[in-house]
Amino acid sequence: MKKLLAPVLAAVVALASPAIVLADTLNAAVAANFTKTIEEIGAAFKEKTGHEVKFSFGPTGKLYAQIKNGAPFDLFFAADTDKPEMLVKEGLVKEGSYFVYAQGVLALYSPSLPVKEGYKDVLGKAEFAHLSIANPKTAPYGAAAEEVLKKLGVYDTVKPKIVNGESIAHAFQYVQTGNAPLGFVALSQIVDPQSPAYGKGEYWLPGQDMYAPINQGAVILKRAENNPVAQQFIDYLRSDEGRKVIERYGYSIP
Amino acid sequence: MIELFGISVSTQPIWLTFKVAVTTTVILLLVGTPLAWWLAHMRSSFKIVLEALVALPLVLPPTVLGFYLLIAMNPNGALTQFLRLFGFEGQLTFSFTGLVIGSVFYSLPFAVQPLMHAFEALPMRLLDAAATLRAGVLDRFFTVVVPLARRGILVAMTLTFAHTVGEFGVVLMVGGNVPEVTRMVSIAIFDHVESLEYAEAHLLSGMMLLFSVAVLMLVYGINRRFAVKVG
Repeated sequence: MKKLLAPVLAAVVALASPAIVLADTLNAAVAANFTKTIEEIGAAFKEKTGHEVKFSFGPTGKLYAQIKNGAPFDLFFAADTDKPEMLVKEGLVKEGSYFVYAQGVLALYSPSLPVKEGYKDVLGKAEFAHLSIANPKTAPYGAAAEEVLKKLGVYDTVKPKIVNGESIAHAFQYVQTGNAPLGFVALSQIVDPQSPAYGKGEYWLPGQDMYAPINQGAVILKRAENNPVAQQFIDYLRSDEGRKVIERYGYSIP
Repeated sequence: MIELFGISVSTQPIWLTFKVAVTTTVILLLVGTPLAWWLAHMRSSFKIVLEALVALPLVLPPTVLGFYLLIAMNPNGALTQFLRLFGFEGQLTFSFTGLVIGSVFYSLPFAVQPLMHAFEALPMRLLDAAATLRAGVLDRFFTVVVPLARRGILVAMTLTFAHTVGEFGVVLMVGGNVPEVTRMVSIAIFDHVESLEYAEAHLLSGMMLLFSVAVLMLVYGINRRFAVKVG
């Protein structure tokens, strides 16, 4: 019996220190709107350091629910600040790791209507069939769009025409497929050269004073508390190199 | 609004889901029956192509089907243009009509497959006998086919109804989550989960779970009770 105990113990010790084995691969949960930006940053980070970050994309609320239920993520990049802040309160994150990594910029986009100069007229008359926005209840871009419409005093006029995309990607899709002639989307979706909307149609950027900042918060999760690579990735994302990529994709940085 | 266990949820999505499911079931019974009959008695090898097309919604992710429908149903899309020929005005997406069209495609195999199998099992000589007794086509259908294929018909109706109630991906894509117009139960649940309103989500999910178990028990009950033996 004693002979057996030593190797078993050794195996248990080895298995119990996964940090040593997995140190060079991170798993990050990322809000869908940040997909392309973080993929580019991740690729540059891998080239530079040899460490790989694997991304899982999804709606912020769903990712939050997965993390709360024990999903094996090291990093969490949300589309809002509520969910990472809640994780902080629930003690599921590395202390002091919370920060705002990007600020979303809202754009009223239309392939066919003159929204750049004539946004007031277009929205005020509301002669279009549908206005696509992200669901204000679940998506920060949707809440911001609603705020802008109210500031312009046209909310009640356009309300019957509003269709809700489940995410900002979905809201964009409604405009892109011609089902809604215009919509409030993320600037990042139209300034990306790979976007089907790139260089087509017009967009208007409501002033940053018209809606509460769309802050996107990130945290290092508890399981990566002592993983230096997690901190290294965050540092890289916040470096000049990382910031350049984030801004190029249409986000601002607070 | 209803209140259960101190949690209040809107009943609107429940009624809408019910209406979409009933309409889809009726349409699929009308369209699916001749289609299933035709397939059941088809001899050509073209049959496997049609069978595969009918079964497609079983394997395609609903988001794929929804994305194609979003393109076909946009104001200039193929489906919209086709319906314009019959005087259709307005837009398919973001409307009740759009939800029903999406559901009809999505639930097609659940109606056609049980019907087809029921029709294939029919002894054709009974129909021939009825014909020699001068029973007309409709007469033969309602007095011979329906009673013998009743199990398949009931299963087709129940499964179509239940599958439509549970659909998510397609209605999410083509519906636009418009309150009182296209927000079905599954989308309301998704919204509650996304907004961290877990109590409401639990309530609606619980109702969905009970409903699904009840429907499946009904299907298995039908299979047992209405088993028709013809020798």
